[in-house]
Amino acid sequence: MSNPYAKLPNWAEYGLIPFVNLVVAFLVAGLVVLLVGENPLDAAYHMVNGAFGRGEYIGFTLYYATTFIFTGLSVAVAFHAGLFNIGSEGQAYIGGIGVTLACLWLDRTMPWFVVFPLAIIGSAAFGALWAFLPGWLQAKRGSHIVITTIMFNFIASSLMVYLLTRVLKPLGSMAPQTRTFEAGGQLPKLDWLLSIFGLDIGNAPFNISFLLALLVAFGVWTLIWRTRFGYELRTMGHSPSAARYAGISETRITIIVMMISGGLAGMMALNPIMGEQFRMQLDFVQGAGFVGIAVALMGRSHPAGIIPAAILFGMLYQGGAEIAFEMPAISRDMIVIIQGLVILFAGALENMFRPAISRFFAGLGQRSATAAQTKGA
Amino acid sequence: MDFFHTIIALLESTIRVSVPLIFAALAGLYTERAGVFDIGLEGKMLGAAFAAGAVAGITGSVWAGLIVAIIISVLLSLVHGYASITQRGNQIVSGVAINFVVAGSTVILGEAWFRQGGRTPALSGDARFQTITFPFADSIREIPFIGPIYADLLSGHFLLTYLAFALVPISWWVLYRTRFGLRLRAVGENPGAVDTAGISVIWLRYRAVICCGILCGFAGAYLSLAMSAGFVKGMTAGKGYIALAALIFAKWRPFNIMLACLLFGFLDALAIRLQGNPLPLIGQVPVQLMQALPYILTVILLAGFIGKAIPPKAGGVPYVKER
Amino acid sequence: MSDLAIELRGIDKSFGLVHANKDINVKVRKGTIHGIIGENGAGKSTLMSILYGFYQADRGDILIDGKTVTIKDPNTAIASGIGMVHQHFMLVENFTVLENIMLGAEDSQVLNTSISKARVELKRLEKEYALEVNPDALIEELPVGLQQRVEILKALYRKADILILDEPTGVLTPAEADHLFRILGQLKAQGKTIILITHKLREIMAITDEVSVMRRGEMVATRNTRETSVEELAELMVGRRVLLRVEKGEANPGAVKLSVKNLTVRDSRGVTMVDNVSFDIRAGEIVGIAGVAGNGQSELLEAISGIRRAVSGSVVLNGKSVDVTAHVDPGELRVQGLGHVPEDRHHVGLVLKFDESENAILGYHRDKRYLNGPFLNMDAIRAEAEDKIQKYDIRPPNAKLKTANFSGGNQQKIVLAREMERGPDVLIIGQPTRGVDVGAIEFIHKRIIEMRDRGMAVLLVSVELDEIRALSDRILVMFAGRVVGERGADATEGELGLLMAGVEGRKEAAE
Repeated sequence: MSNPYAKLPNWAEYGLIPFVNLVVAFLVAGLVVLLVGENPLDAAYHMVNGAFGRGEYIGFTLYYATTFIFTGLSVAVAFHAGLFNIGSEGQAYIGGIGVTLACLWLDRTMPWFVVFPLAIIGSAAFGALWAFLPGWLQAKRGSHIVITTIMFNFIASSLMVYLLTRVLKPLGSMAPQTRTFEAGGQLPKLDWLLSIFGLDIGNAPFNISFLLALLVAFGVWTLIWRTRFGYELRTMGHSPSAARYAGISETRITIIVMMISGGLAGMMALNPIMGEQFRMQLDFVQGAGFVGIAVALMGRSHPAGIIPAAILFGMLYQGGAEIAFEMPAISRDMIVIIQGLVILFAGALENMFRPAISRFFAGLGQRSATAAQTKGA
Repeated sequence: MDFFHTIIALLESTIRVSVPLIFAALAGLYTERAGVFDIGLEGKMLGAAFAAGAVAGITGSVWAGLIVAIIISVLLSLVHGYASITQRGNQIVSGVAINFVVAGSTVILGEAWFRQGGRTPALSGDARFQTITFPFADSIREIPFIGPIYADLLSGHFLLTYLAFALVPISWWVLYRTRFGLRLRAVGENPGAVDTAGISVIWLRYRAVICCGILCGFAGAYLSLAMSAGFVKGMTAGKGYIALAALIFAKWRPFNIMLACLLFGFLDALAIRLQGNPLPLIGQVPVQLMQALPYILTVILLAGFIGKAIPPKAGGVPYVKER
Repeated sequence: MSDLAIELRGIDKSFGLVHANKDINVKVRKGTIHGIIGENGAGKSTLMSILYGFYQADRGDILIDGKTVTIKDPNTAIASGIGMVHQHFMLVENFTVLENIMLGAEDSQVLNTSISKARVELKRLEKEYALEVNPDALIEELPVGLQQRVEILKALYRKADILILDEPTGVLTPAEADHLFRILGQLKAQGKTIILITHKLREIMAITDEVSVMRRGEMVATRNTRETSVEELAELMVGRRVLLRVEKGEANPGAVKLSVKNLTVRDSRGVTMVDNVSFDIRAGEIVGIAGVAGNGQSELLEAISGIRRAVSGSVVLNGKSVDVTAHVDPGELRVQGLGHVPEDRHHVGLVLKFDESENAILGYHRDKRYLNGPFLNMDAIRAEAEDKIQKYDIRPPNAKLKTANFSGGNQQKIVLAREMERGPDVLIIGQPTRGVDVGAIEFIHKRIIEMRDRGMAVLLVSVELDEIRALSDRILVMFAGRVVGERGADATEGELGLLMAGVEGRKEAAE
């Protein structure tokens, strides 16, 4: 009874259904474009062109994608253990403290390749710390992780305002942000990577943390499917009763998974702070934690799905800016709508088209079965 | 006396900021008591605020604004209902989705229709709710204590403010003294009991979701038609989540909800007033701490350190007939 | 007016591939207590759910009071005078008794008048049927016996003439059960018709007038209770199956490998399911536990294997004592030589969404053999899985296939291979052949004997009496959480059946 629907071939399960859901989400988004009196096809053209039309655009697209790979992985790891971490946003925000501390401490004396590893550790540690409490509360006190992580997002936000306006702000400055980092706190751009393809990076902040994101994606894949811990967390995610049978401690897994999830979210902070702004500003996360939910849902929680999903959202963010330029009626908030629609159709309504698709395949199956029978006879 | 006036002013602004929280938290009360979790209160409120501001701006009628706000909010509720009741999808995911769709659409549509940077036209006259002054308010004001309390604290609010406070006992009455309420509370605890008693679980939950939509409609309309003169983008600013926190903090009970919303509203009002001013005895309190306090308190409550918040037993679980 | 309260004609119902009810015909006379008996999964509950409008039959007619009725939902069932007391109570725990009774039968939008009317009506019912209960008490504060009484009152409040009780004594103490039977007798005296669904023969014999027996979705017989016997019913319930013959030699019991002393276990509701149970199992013998499902076997297995915490008692495994009243790590027990084939392979023994090879190490995933430091050694795991696939003839022989895509028999082989092939000293097996095709049954039985002959101490729990008799060297019978008797391998079916029904056991335990 666990699976009320007929079994689908893998390509339909992991390819067709997400694709159909995505198409529907975009169709509905197209309706919104119509509603404001613009042509959806033109909008789509401007979006794709704005995201991939030039080396600089591609650089921006991949810069955004970098951020979303981190947050998408963060949400996905928790999903695999059956946990819904809605707090990646706050964890990423707090992770910024780790990056900033490393940069403020060493940026004047050390080269970036010394600061970067420390910043990575710092970001992951602070993000993990912020996820530890919700994890602990869920495992030990039974508080619902969704609610606590939402609360922690807001607490993080207040905490950061406090830190940026009172503690981390340089004396005499008015803006709620840290001082600008010097060379040691600035990551090298990946201009050489784009130039291999004959592209010019222009002003795009596409930087080395993209490579880190890919590395981490591989690491997450390894963790989930190739380590003992990953085995245990998947067992718990699929079947808590089987986990108990196998001697897997739910408490331990919950807390550690949340810390890993928070750590991944925290690492997101490297990209904007060391890669673009070279300082920590208010609200630098800008909803990337929530985009992570859409990315994880669309990527079916698999790194191989998360990377393209993150690039798609990177395209939306960069191309969306371009639409806003070409079509004054459409601002970048269009992305937020699409993001919501993707979450709706790929998440909450993921099974809406399944019965129809299953019926289609069942029909095919029957036909081929009869065909085989006739042949056999 | 000066101190007294400060207190009155503080309480007055407490009431003002508590109203949308009360509407929204009561809205959440109806669905969550029926077993449908809703973190989309924020989105519905925002959608309603936009609809109210836009329609009142165009028609010049505050009532048209209010009605359309309610309609939009109910429609959004029905989307959530369809996803979580009919499609048995994940209720959290659905709520998150609605929040985003609304956050984006209100800006896009607002900008496309009004071109005022995501605002709707400034409202005045009949397009906006006016405050209601109680009889003799001005003449009584001079009487010590009672005067200011009557004239400044009780009198001088919007119709929706009084409605919000009236809805607290009304909701209590609906939930605990009517057939609908009895069934609604039952379906959130044990839908099987409702189903075997010959009542449709699905229809009952849909009705609860619609109630939620109506109340979120009021919450949104209050923001753009009463508290402000028009819609400003992102004007809910997390109030939907605070309302959610208040709902949990109140352990899903109507009168507790009012108290929790007043407490959270008070913290908000105090934070604004204290900006830069030290508190007696305690000294300088960071305003951010005050802002975070509702969330911190809710987490502490959820952790079971102050009482125990036990959510409706069937909350968040789609109903499937057992075999 | 017909003298039949209910007549079912040709009721047929399938859920996907499961044929739950096959062409059921039954007649229930007015003013009688009619028992419906059968093993778990025989289709009793499905049949009653159809009668109560929870499901619709694929075919067949329902006649109430001689007239054909269509029961499309519980509402129409209630309107036709049918009331049901479900196995798991359909009560709202934080509501009062009165609120629960009213729910769905309130006579006005506003409760005030409904409440006072309901209070009066409840008083009347209480008096008429001698069913006292405090109308303002919260359900969660009432003992189960009283909660059940509320369920009965709920049905009576809706003016039910026909009362269906689904396994009503499952959660009751013997004293509460006796009390329930007195109530049912009274209701019958007042002219109500009662249908009692149960798998307990003792209850059928004690209070029914007529009894219908179901087996594997079919209604196999209806008897007048006075003219039948426990033996006959037991046989009808179990059916004359193809006699299981398993080649096995004499057992050579060695040292005690598993020793259970005064073990008491409660379930999540706090009901005592295992009551002061003690036994020893030696190397090289199979001890079977016979019993009707739900008499504590599951909880016994869970406690011994470290999944469920026991209330009191002790377990000695392989000479080392295990504190089963504290948190036990099942993984640690495996290291100490315990293999466990759980009763529920779908939710416990396997993760259906895992590849076959991943399930081949479930519970043993901490073993160094399958690890390189913190990493899984995929080659070792694959080799392990392929080795088992070959040894146990698991089909299709594809270690990368999702476990959900294997047949029941092959899934069971995956679990058995995993738990047996590491050569544990003690092997506990629950329902080795449930939902397994005939071919695989023979294979599994042979393997179990083989393990015994290799010197394992085997504890076998099965609701299939034939299986217990065919495999065991000694048989313990559990009833109501206690071991009510021990027999040799040569015990007859009738002898065991009486013990399982709790008829003989009481005497024996008293002696």
